[in-house]
Amino acid sequence: MMEAINTSLIDWSRAQFALTAIYHWLFVPLTLGLGIVQAIMETVYYKTGDDFWKKTAQFWMKIFGINFAIGVATGLILEFEFGTNWSNYSWFVGDIFGAPLAIEGIVAFFMEATFIAVMFFGWNKVSKGFHLASTWLTILGATISAFWILVANAWMQYPAGMQFNPDTVRNEMASFWEVALSPVALNKFFHTVLSGWIIGAMFVVGVASWFLLKKRETKFALASVKIGAIFGVVACVLSIWTGDGSAHQVAQRQPMKLAAMEGLYEGREGVGLVAIGLLNPAKTQHDDNEDPFLFKIEFPKLLSFFAERNLNAYVPGITDIIKGGYRQKDGTVALSAEEKISRGKLAIQALADYRVAKNDSLKQQARATLDEHFQYFGYGYIKKTSDLIPSVGLTFYTFHLMVILGGFLLLLFAVATYLSCKNKFENKRWLQWTCLLSIFLAIIAGQAGWVVAEVGRQPWAIQDILPVSAAISNLSASSVQITFFVFLALFTVLLIAELKIMTNAIKKGPQIN
Amino acid sequence: MNTYILLQHYWWFLVALLGALLVFLLFVQGGQSLLFTIGKNPLQQKMLLNATGRKWEFTFTTLVTFGGAFFASFPLFYSTSFGGAYWVWALILLCFVLQAVSYEYQAKKGNLLGKKTYQIFLLLNGILGPVLLGTAVGTFFNGAEFVVNKQQLVEVLNPVISSWATPWHGLEAALVGWNVCLGLAVLFLSRVLASLYFVNNIDDAEIQGRSRKQLRWDTVLFLVFFLTFLVHLLLQDGFAVHPETKEVFLQPYKYFSNFIEMPAVLAVLLVGVVGVLFGIGKTIFCEKWNKGIWFAGAGTVLTVLALLLCAGWNNTAYYPSLHDLQSSLTIENSCSSFFTLKTMSYVSILIPFVLAYIVYAWRALDLHKINKESMKDDKHLY
Repeated sequence: MMEAINTSLIDWSRAQFALTAIYHWLFVPLTLGLGIVQAIMETVYYKTGDDFWKKTAQFWMKIFGINFAIGVATGLILEFEFGTNWSNYSWFVGDIFGAPLAIEGIVAFFMEATFIAVMFFGWNKVSKGFHLASTWLTILGATISAFWILVANAWMQYPAGMQFNPDTVRNEMASFWEVALSPVALNKFFHTVLSGWIIGAMFVVGVASWFLLKKRETKFALASVKIGAIFGVVACVLSIWTGDGSAHQVAQRQPMKLAAMEGLYEGREGVGLVAIGLLNPAKTQHDDNEDPFLFKIEFPKLLSFFAERNLNAYVPGITDIIKGGYRQKDGTVALSAEEKISRGKLAIQALADYRVAKNDSLKQQARATLDEHFQYFGYGYIKKTSDLIPSVGLTFYTFHLMVILGGFLLLLFAVATYLSCKNKFENKRWLQWTCLLSIFLAIIAGQAGWVVAEVGRQPWAIQDILPVSAAISNLSASSVQITFFVFLALFTVLLIAELKIMTNAIKKGPQIN
Repeated sequence: MNTYILLQHYWWFLVALLGALLVFLLFVQGGQSLLFTIGKNPLQQKMLLNATGRKWEFTFTTLVTFGGAFFASFPLFYSTSFGGAYWVWALILLCFVLQAVSYEYQAKKGNLLGKKTYQIFLLLNGILGPVLLGTAVGTFFNGAEFVVNKQQLVEVLNPVISSWATPWHGLEAALVGWNVCLGLAVLFLSRVLASLYFVNNIDDAEIQGRSRKQLRWDTVLFLVFFLTFLVHLLLQDGFAVHPETKEVFLQPYKYFSNFIEMPAVLAVLLVGVVGVLFGIGKTIFCEKWNKGIWFAGAGTVLTVLALLLCAGWNNTAYYPSLHDLQSSLTIENSCSSFFTLKTMSYVSILIPFVLAYIVYAWRALDLHKINKESMKDDKHLY
């Protein structure tokens, strides 16, 4: 009998993965967004032959390169952390989850690695056409890479196209296309990449604004603002559309996450969407009868509409999901969390029985019980029902922060587009300052989105099938603490170095004038 | 051989091929380890860094793809080794993180730590990367301290199926002499390949002269460690799998038998070794010849491929457990399902296409050799 997994190990493993992911997501969106902007600029150079556009593209490429290296480094750690810190997960779903990672390597990483070398070192060595193709292929490789890793992430939130094999004690892929093209995967891909485009666009507009504030490189800065702002408007509008799709999917497949996003404890028909609100810190339990909010302003019935496309639809709250008993869309009555846990335990026991069954009849019997209750398999590892509730405060505030910042950025891009098209941007110093400072707001919005996605789905590593407590590696908590602090120190030093190098490169400027 | 078994062998071949390509591409690390040995002044060091710096992403990408392919095709290895030999893999990862940023940052203004620090990071990665990877691969032949018990999944309080049997979590592999011997062989091979690469890629008489001289020393050390490892491998007991009962047992001269029973693999090994020796030998003895990297590089790929095939094919446990022999991983008990292997095999059809565009882009860039002049002209330099 092995020692029980302690919660400290789980917490530190989660912290380490979160740390790596947070740092990784500081750099990747810039790669995705800036890559498109520089490719557009080089395309203009290719079409017009105007050296101004070549130098403009080269300036943004230099910034891209500084940012790219550290994104690659943190990405490597993330991939291997699935094995080092989530080894049980790696076996339990590796048959499905490994495939997107391998395809990412074969199809996307090599494309990126090959053509980025041409993009950086190929000026004057290869033809203009080959160079332009390399620039687009680099960003295409980065985007394909994002697609496959987001397929993998989406599958964790909405496991599809698989079946459990009790002989191998793991889930196995049954349909590649259900995994790769699940609606959650497609939506997540577009929403996430678009958020990268927004951050990239804001970065370009913000840095260009800095040049205008300093009254340097005016032609370059105005051209960059125009391209960046138009790109930002497009990305923001599309992002609202995919964000709506995302919320609808969360309502269908992760109702607890939706309830946490909105601080909704008691479900009802025609639920409003909280525009802004302050959670009541006195509320510590879902059933303690405390009011969840100190104050809130709502858009009437809008949450019901987003969740079910019906203004009067019923949306369950946290307490409803724990207690069960409400009627679901398919007409069935929702089970209580207690009941799901008890069915999960039955499934786990059936697996144990199957593994030791001495004859076919006993095996079939155990298999039938396992199949009947497998959809609740992960609940069997849950100790108490309150473990099924994610951090409501963190999920609620990050969700609303993301939405509010998203709306602000759309407005900002729209104003910047309008004024730059009217040739009035150059004199609006307040707007230039706003754009410069909004780089940080765009980054915060992107991070907040990931916190909603990942914290909101706790305690699940794979929705309903495997909680994080059962996905872990058998390590001592102190080992993970050590690597956590080593990575924290290393990433922080490298981030500071990156910012200093980038600031220096920006200060030097494209030197066009 | 049924289709599932065929797919298991096919995916072991692909993983072995990726591993072999990775060892070849470690010439980047080898070059970093020679930064201060061959580069005697800042300009020469800059040329060396720009020669390897244009290829580091290939090494990095191959490492990531190697990991991804292992995960997809043999997930039990991924979960057992990475989750168990925690410290070894953590060190390898740290070492590669340092490399990823150092090329880009070392020559840039405001890099916080100073140029020298990043160059030392590259030196560290250049030495530790090959040694650690080689030592880790050594456990494919010499075993590791783990237990796999799939029944554990039904234990609600601790459902983790793979456990490490020592508190050192992989560091104990460094106490096994034969693992370290392979690690050192890989290190000196990477330095040999780097010298050959510099001879081919850098148009500078001093660097070429020093690279050819360095080649001799590293070749001697490489041959000492490699031949010692190879001879021991052929004479040692190996971890065999009974084809019917699937029981793992120690078999005298198992790896030697594997080469005899798989003559094609033996031929690949011999051609590979000859390729490496030819590439080195002709570079040493013909002052004007600079194509050694291609012969030694191809030879390296073939040699490593043959060794890894010998570790996994022919009823052999490729990741033996020293703690519980029956926990040992074989390509059969650790692989993905038939459906996944089949699906992934369709994806693998893209590999020749990927290799083709890599070769095309590589050639396009290498048409212009690195020289002192190019260190002044180029827009993007390390």
